[in-house]
Amino acid sequence: MADLQITYRDALKEAMREALKRDNNVVIMGEEVGVWGGTYAVTRGLYDEFGGHRVIDTPIAEMGIVGVATGAAMGGMKPIAEIMTINFALVAIDQIVNNTAKIHSMFGGTMRAPVVIRTAAGWGQLAATHSQSFEAWFAHVPGLIVVMPSTPYDAKGLLTTALYSQNPVIFIEHSRLYGEKGAVPEGEFRVPFGVADVKRAGTDLTIITYSRMVHVALHAADELVKQGIEVQVVDLRSLRPLDWDTVLNSVRKTHRALVLTEDWMTYGVSAEIAARISRDAFDDLDAPVERLTQEEVPLPYAPNLEQLSFPDEARVVEKVKAMLA
Amino acid sequence: MVAPATVAPTVAQNRTPQITRETALHWLEQMMLIRRFEEAAEYAYTQKKVGGFLHLYIGEESIAVGSVAAMQPDDDIFTHYRDHGWVLARGVDPKPAMAELYGKATGLVKGKGGSMHFASVEHHMWGGYAIVGGHIPLAAGMAFSHQYLKRDRIAFCVMGEGATNIGMFHEALNMAAVWKLPVVFLVENNMFGMGTAVERASATSDIYEKAAAYRMPATQIDGNDIELVYQTIQEFAERARRGEGPQMVEAMTYRFKGHSMGDPQRYRTKEEVENRRPDDPINRWEKKLIERGWANDALIKEIFTRVDKQIADAVQFAEDSPFPEPSELYTDILVEE
Ligand SMILES: Cc1ncc(C[n+]2csc(CCOP(=O)(O)OP(=O)(O)O)c2C)c(N)n1
Ligand SMILES: [Mg+2]
Repeated sequence: MADLQITYRDALKEAMREALKRDNNVVIMGEEVGVWGGTYAVTRGLYDEFGGHRVIDTPIAEMGIVGVATGAAMGGMKPIAEIMTINFALVAIDQIVNNTAKIHSMFGGTMRAPVVIRTAAGWGQLAATHSQSFEAWFAHVPGLIVVMPSTPYDAKGLLTTALYSQNPVIFIEHSRLYGEKGAVPEGEFRVPFGVADVKRAGTDLTIITYSRMVHVALHAADELVKQGIEVQVVDLRSLRPLDWDTVLNSVRKTHRALVLTEDWMTYGVSAEIAARISRDAFDDLDAPVERLTQEEVPLPYAPNLEQLSFPDEARVVEKVKAMLA
Repeated sequence: MVAPATVAPTVAQNRTPQITRETALHWLEQMMLIRRFEEAAEYAYTQKKVGGFLHLYIGEESIAVGSVAAMQPDDDIFTHYRDHGWVLARGVDPKPAMAELYGKATGLVKGKGGSMHFASVEHHMWGGYAIVGGHIPLAAGMAFSHQYLKRDRIAFCVMGEGATNIGMFHEALNMAAVWKLPVVFLVENNMFGMGTAVERASATSDIYEKAAAYRMPATQIDGNDIELVYQTIQEFAERARRGEGPQMVEAMTYRFKGHSMGDPQRYRTKEEVENRRPDDPINRWEKKLIERGWANDALIKEIFTRVDKQIADAVQFAEDSPFPEPSELYTDILVEE
């Protein structure tokens, strides 16, 4: 079927609409998902199309939302629990970690809880409690699948896979990507978990990244090419499971690795990736694995300070050049 | 039917004015200061000088002004992110408040918090908090410190009706009740939590009934009647201060603006909002002052002109102030020891 140019937001919506049509066991529950149409407008129109019994506005009660969705999943349903932003997932973290992630193993594989927990990372002068990147917290936990798409294509394909999965999936979107457009096939298709995507091929250095930072890396790569430097950009797409083959093969080709993330450095996603590359591709490395991440501060409101907190294109370019010098 | 385990409020019947004309005029000025402050903030937001979330209190000003008037200056306030009115009612200078919205170094919290995190410890204003319900246990904890240290202070915890559906609310209320903590829980029921009407999210639309489960005295009042707010908070605060344990007041009100900026407001009609306009607490108070012969149009105009000047000065101050130094990014993370 033909490709459409649609936004990341609409790609997600399409995956959910198809699932709602296909499977009566699918429901969406979350704050403002119905009448409001989703605070990031991802579910807009679904309430009118499918009704309030399938696109369900909840009280402000994240622990309840995740717990109820998990219980309904145990009861044979396929709930999508939307947590407005990843910051509020902290209110639900006991349910996610001690129930959702544990049901299958704790009961010896006799039960399953295939809930999809959709949430959004992101920032924008929202200050310390509303601008956080907690993917490492979830990716740390055995029993969860954690995905973080960067493009409309991946968003739809990964969400469709999540909606067919028998496992709990933490599906982390990014508020600053919702308006990004890209080519997406019409109709159903799946992007598998644990398969990274080389978003740009290059020979001099590998940038390993995911979500919004993929775009920062690609812009930096455009700039670097003008200076004669070819970087390869590996988009992990899912953090758990993680496609080590693609990461290591890329590093074996370029001999240099930069891990680029929006979360904090200490104990973050980049720590895990750097450690694995350093061990498994040690002999192939021409330089130590480097990392660029968010500054280790609670995010301040002031726009000038906030801008200083994240790696941008210029900082990536500078870092890559320093690594190749 | 669940009947709240509450002493029937006496204030509703007791409508004889207990306040002086001077106080009455001061309240009008304070409410207007909050209104104009937020209108200026809203304009600055459209100019992209203010960013992030901006939750306006327009239409709810009587609750903050009436409540603060009934508190002692060293009573402690914790509030949610809809906090501008509380901070200004507490007597905080609008200049650093506006500068905070602009993200400037001269802001209330050095430009680090923005609209949702106004605070001024010297005013016993312990801040606006942005995680719904997250501050409710903090207020109970502050009250715990007053009780333990035998201080003659009480804590006030301000929240929206939507926050009463989250676990933290129930945990904090129960602990406060078990330990008889000197805290007043003040629920601003503005009918919506974002776009969700109260009856779509809460098993009871009369939020004060939730206090019954904790055997906490509670009442529901017209929050747009500033005098009633004042009298009610006085009565409930005094009970908490006398050691009778936590109290709850539910102040009924209505939010005229969207939840934050850029709210499409699909959840209510324009007519609904217009039908509530006559209930604007500032207009109601103006009318009452005129009725009592305490003010005339000229005096009201004089007050409003004074407020306009104060706000213009605050905006100028915010505009002229510098952004924080880049090095400020790394300060205030841990206490220097
Ligand atoms: C734990 C948590 N969940 C969700 C949100 C997003 N959110 C911010 S304000 C709000 C509505 C709160 O409504 P209410 O308590 O009635 O206060 P109001 O805004 O009406 O004054 C929501 C859902 C949040 N900040 N924190
Ligand atoms: Mg409300």
